[in-house]
Amino acid sequence: MIAQDLKSALQETCVDLEERDSLDWPAFNCPIDSLAAMLKALHDDHGFDALMDATAIDNGLETSPRFTVVYHLFSSKSHTYVRVAADCQDDESPVAPSVTELFKSANWMERETFDMMGIRFEGHPDLRRILMWDEYPHHPLRKDFPLAGFENEISDPEIAANTGVKVKPAPMAGGPFVAQHSSFETKREPNAKDESWNEGNEKPES
Amino acid sequence: MSTETTEYTAPDSGSKVAAASAEFETEHLEVSMGPSHPSTHGVLRLNLDLDGEIVKKCDPVIGYLHRGDEKIAENMTYNQFVPYTDRLDYLAPLANNAAYAMAVEKLANLEVPARCQGIRVVTSELARISSHLLGLGAYTMDVGALTVFMITFTEREKLYRLFEELTGARFTTSYSRIGGVTRDMPDGWMDRVLKFCDEFLPLLDDVESLLTRNRIWFDRTADVGSISKEDALSYGLTGPNLRGSGVDLDLRRDAPYSGYENYDFEVPLGENGDCYDRYTVRMEEMRQSVRIVRQAIAKMPGGPFYAEDAKKIFAPRKDKVLTSMEELIQNFMITTEGPDMPAGEVYFEAENPKGALGFFIVSKGGGVPYRMKIRGPSFNNLSVLEKVCVDGMISDVSAILGSLDFVMGECDR
Repeated sequence: MIAQDLKSALQETCVDLEERDSLDWPAFNCPIDSLAAMLKALHDDHGFDALMDATAIDNGLETSPRFTVVYHLFSSKSHTYVRVAADCQDDESPVAPSVTELFKSANWMERETFDMMGIRFEGHPDLRRILMWDEYPHHPLRKDFPLAGFENEISDPEIAANTGVKVKPAPMAGGPFVAQHSSFETKREPNAKDESWNEGNEKPES
Repeated sequence: MSTETTEYTAPDSGSKVAAASAEFETEHLEVSMGPSHPSTHGVLRLNLDLDGEIVKKCDPVIGYLHRGDEKIAENMTYNQFVPYTDRLDYLAPLANNAAYAMAVEKLANLEVPARCQGIRVVTSELARISSHLLGLGAYTMDVGALTVFMITFTEREKLYRLFEELTGARFTTSYSRIGGVTRDMPDGWMDRVLKFCDEFLPLLDDVESLLTRNRIWFDRTADVGSISKEDALSYGLTGPNLRGSGVDLDLRRDAPYSGYENYDFEVPLGENGDCYDRYTVRMEEMRQSVRIVRQAIAKMPGGPFYAEDAKKIFAPRKDKVLTSMEELIQNFMITTEGPDMPAGEVYFEAENPKGALGFFIVSKGGGVPYRMKIRGPSFNNLSVLEKVCVDGMISDVSAILGSLDFVMGECDR
């Protein structure tokens, strides 16, 4: 019932609005072009004042459209959620509009979605990786990313021997307690751990 | 003897001093605070741009504890993921287990028995007390009051003994399972919880007498790190940090789950959204948690502690697996293929100690989720740092971090 009322009200903003299958809250599919306007209408006119979650779904390599961005909005007055989803058009380099001006929480969430799924958010003020390190080349939550990481030529022999997968461990830059290579930090902090000895190889006598 | 200390309270006085007198030549300085810093509680790094002692820009760097929980979740069955939820907010694993279990139960449209709900309420509230005790202890220690830390950690140890008795583990409990809990409460456990509650409240008063009207504490926290109502909502803050800013929102009361609608409790609110308000909100929340625990134990219904009819979801008891054919098959199917879940999408948030822990599950049927997004409240609570630290003193950064009470496990996932 609420979903129907909301739908007819929202269709003023976006004509091509469709209901999305959902097991709990009202959910809508809308074209990616009208996504920002749709979220703005929900925020301004329907009291959905907090963006609780923004993420994306990879529908699989063979599926087109491949990427769907999903937003969960919450109303602090009526204490209900609404789910809005939009399909990104380009499967190779998906793009979605940024809603950082509407919700400040979108800033980090969109950075995370970019980091994990590789969706670029147009109009985002500072679209950097957030969880992975800046030089990381992949988007790990895509379905074509294997759980252990991609196999490559310069794999770590120890990991390859133990797991049978020719992957590279995470580089020391970006790991804990090691600073990134920037001018002011390298003078004061070590930038690589001494990894010449571990459980497998004994510490060399110095 | 007058005690005029207002002149030195940050952040205003600091920027005034800097602006007013050109003779105080300040130096522009970039400081990398963390990831191994006592007040960044875990592995958070802040890239600070300082002008003298005043923070001009704060860029939080997160991800040091990223383990790829969402990717892992896509590669294992719903039941297998339960231990990973312990490691989200590792200061309140009991609450995480319950939140995850309830999210999957919502997907399966499964009702758990009243006793299971009661147990989840008791454990979640005890987890809240334990989490707030640690948060408070670390917060006060960062600001310089070491005694409180000793008191709160002693109390927390008593709680961990109760958890150990109930679940067999102190930290990584994995207690709530999809469709129930691992085991029933041991004999006399509820009495020991009530005894803890009786002893705990006077100690909380002691802590309050050390802090609430303490001049030093007040000067270090009041008007420091103020977050307005609008900012708090816009940045997606939840939990005590949101209520500290005066937004009257508590999912336990407003979107009740697990039978929270049956208990009387109040939702404490702050006014100014500063570090002091976040402290008072947490103190009162612990009292309300005690109140909920007492009611839940008084009303604790009998009956089964797991959904008996959920034969395709909840693994049968071990003694039955070894003696009965049907349970053996059931156990085999759940272990090999995972629980039988319908296709669809659900989003569930539970009011955890740190804020709203959300699970967005996309299921295409079967025992493995197609996509699971975990919304860690600390992730959003930390995103406000870029705003709240700016124009404050660098010494206030540790007070702000302490008052936000984050945990990197659920921020980085």
